[in-house]
Amino acid sequence: MDFDLSEEQRLLKESIDGLLTDSYDFESRKKYMKEKGGWSQAVWGKLAEQGLLGLPFAEADGGFGGGGVETMIVMEALGKALVLEPYLATVVIGGGFLRHAGSDAQKAAHVPGIIDGSKTLAFAQLEKNSRYDLFDVSTTAKKKGDGWIIDGEKFVVLNGENAATLIVTARTRGDRRDKAGIGVFLVPANAKGVTRKSYPTQDGLHAADITFTGVEVGADAAIGNPEDSLALIERVVDEARVALCAEAVGLMDESLKTTVEYIKTRKQFGVAIGSFQSLQHRASDMFVAAEQARSMSMFATMANDFENAKERSNAVAAAKVQIGKSLKFVGQQSIQLHGGIGMTMEAKIGHYFKRLTMIENTFGDTDYHQRRVADAGGLI
Amino acid sequence: MDLAFTKEEQAFREEVRSFFRDNVPPDTRRKLVEGRHLSKDEMVTWWRILNKKGWGVSHWPKQYGGTGWTSVQHYIFNEELQSYPAPQPLAFGVSMVGPVIYTFGNEEQKKKYLPRIANVDDWWCQGFSEPGSGSDLASLKTKAERKGDKWIINGQKTWTTLAQHADMIFCLCRTDPGAKKQMGISFIVFSMKSKGVTVRPIQTIDGGVEVNEVFFDDVEVPYENLIGEENKGWDYAKFLLGNERTGIARVGVSKERLRRIRDLASKVESGGKPIIQDAAFREKLAACEIELKALELTQLRVVADEGKHGKGKPNPASSVLKIKGSEIQQTTTELLMEVIGPFAAPYDVHGDDGSNEAMEWTAQIAPSYFNNRKVSIYGGSNEIQRNIIAKAVLGL
Repeated sequence: MDFDLSEEQRLLKESIDGLLTDSYDFESRKKYMKEKGGWSQAVWGKLAEQGLLGLPFAEADGGFGGGGVETMIVMEALGKALVLEPYLATVVIGGGFLRHAGSDAQKAAHVPGIIDGSKTLAFAQLEKNSRYDLFDVSTTAKKKGDGWIIDGEKFVVLNGENAATLIVTARTRGDRRDKAGIGVFLVPANAKGVTRKSYPTQDGLHAADITFTGVEVGADAAIGNPEDSLALIERVVDEARVALCAEAVGLMDESLKTTVEYIKTRKQFGVAIGSFQSLQHRASDMFVAAEQARSMSMFATMANDFENAKERSNAVAAAKVQIGKSLKFVGQQSIQLHGGIGMTMEAKIGHYFKRLTMIENTFGDTDYHQRRVADAGGLI
Repeated sequence: MDLAFTKEEQAFREEVRSFFRDNVPPDTRRKLVEGRHLSKDEMVTWWRILNKKGWGVSHWPKQYGGTGWTSVQHYIFNEELQSYPAPQPLAFGVSMVGPVIYTFGNEEQKKKYLPRIANVDDWWCQGFSEPGSGSDLASLKTKAERKGDKWIINGQKTWTTLAQHADMIFCLCRTDPGAKKQMGISFIVFSMKSKGVTVRPIQTIDGGVEVNEVFFDDVEVPYENLIGEENKGWDYAKFLLGNERTGIARVGVSKERLRRIRDLASKVESGGKPIIQDAAFREKLAACEIELKALELTQLRVVADEGKHGKGKPNPASSVLKIKGSEIQQTTTELLMEVIGPFAAPYDVHGDDGSNEAMEWTAQIAPSYFNNRKVSIYGGSNEIQRNIIAKAVLGL
């Protein structure tokens, strides 16, 4: 049992923290947000240069063979700096599908472009009524010759505007909520029949609603078994949840730090408001919440490698619950302790709060995951 | 970073577990499971079994009878002990006064007291809190005046846990009334059988008697019973209170209780079916288990980190342990109350003798709920813990 980072992991942390300190202050972020698709190609290029986009891929595929801990380090750093670039969509989720189930040809076609920063991906999964159930899929993929025809609507697809390739979940057979008959397909974003409506999200990212109308793809578009890929989707989404937990930990760390600094300097009644016990206790409770979240983020990171899929997803669900509760408390109280200034767009704390809030509602909220843990028979 | 225990650590866990299985008296275990009080004999019997095995004072330095275990081994031992469950070693002797004596005491004191602490030949109690000195401990008034080769002690202590069983007390006494409040305190040990010591039991809201008032009326104590230096007692008290950081989370205790809740909830009916099938209840239980898992991980982080911050500089996460640990313990007793419902009401129907097996599981649930309100008050209330985090961790 060991919670320390290895020497390589420490270097990785230093390198990404250094890169973001140099290129990701709050003012720069506002500029990046106005670029096409809502993030900076230049910063993405720097992440590629430092090898961060190839981190989780096998060395044979041109990557660095990094594991969960490496991803955790990167996601925490991205959270801390409130980064807009599509690391989650491209490297964690897109990369996850390719790593776990991509054929050699699929990897050869997509991985080099991810690693060198020339292409990004997006995960088109959410549907109008699916909410958090990954098996609730109405979009269809019907066999045509060797290939497939995809029809359906997907919503809030992060990085949907800039992505070169969409990873789409679609039903090859069965009814809307059947667990069997779900496939995963690689669809070029410029394929005929794909229409994208892009918009900024509450937390400053960009997403798109995407319609697929008779979109034809070849036999080689399916990742894994087109008839039965729910387990694959759950696995990759679990990895995404774990990555979000780490991002939230970074966001909470920075929120707490910013808030504590603020109450040390803000004066009322002639003294720093941080000298008042009610505020001190609130800040202490924020610290407790953030530490409990960090513990569960580490737990989920390590649990991601569990062989037993049930144990893995139970652990990840538990982590998402803890992170959801902690982030709500830390986020809300950060605003409260900042007072009026916390309500303004010009202070950065509100932007942390908004990103934290959106994380809770991504890939299952607190109640959803708490129910999963309860139904799985608990955690003891 | 690796969550897995090594093969050696797993083997150690097995060794500890099987020792408990073979050696904890079954009646003692049963009473703990049911939240009953143990008699002095039952506790001492078990501690002597533990001491005979060489595990009575496991965390002491080897030269005084300790085991030399790693911090992970200590963690495993505690977890197994708490979740078996078996009585934990008497903290007042083993975790509190023992370490003060081997760290600050002279050779004679070490020889005289340490083996007797390890074997519980003396039952120790703690003379810290006073009626006017709770969270503000340094304001204590009990005074020890030097008279030749003696101390004359006058004053009153309170919340003295299990003083009714005690042979010895370690006591914070004011020895320099003119000094600033933390500066004039000394750490003195003496026999509870001394003339002038009176113990008055306090009945707590659970109906039990765990704590007492202790009065000192011209108690004569040999001068050599002073531990360390005169007027340095506050430093030793801080050392003592800082010593027991990770055990305070009591993760094993809460784990054991959650297992019991799950077990009872699958038997007790609500709406014509076991209450565990009620979604709202199940989610509450899951919420508590998740909090506990997070706390367990926080505790493991502290354990794995021990010593790496340098002595006396705990991992900042360690201050989470007391707050969360106590909150979770209280939640588990609330959940038990919820399971038992209207059968929480009968008061002291069978006593502690286990004579009525049919009802026994209900009898102690409400008292245990009432009793557990203490865990967020003692050992530095949770409000004091928040002050500590604000000051020591956040720099406010």
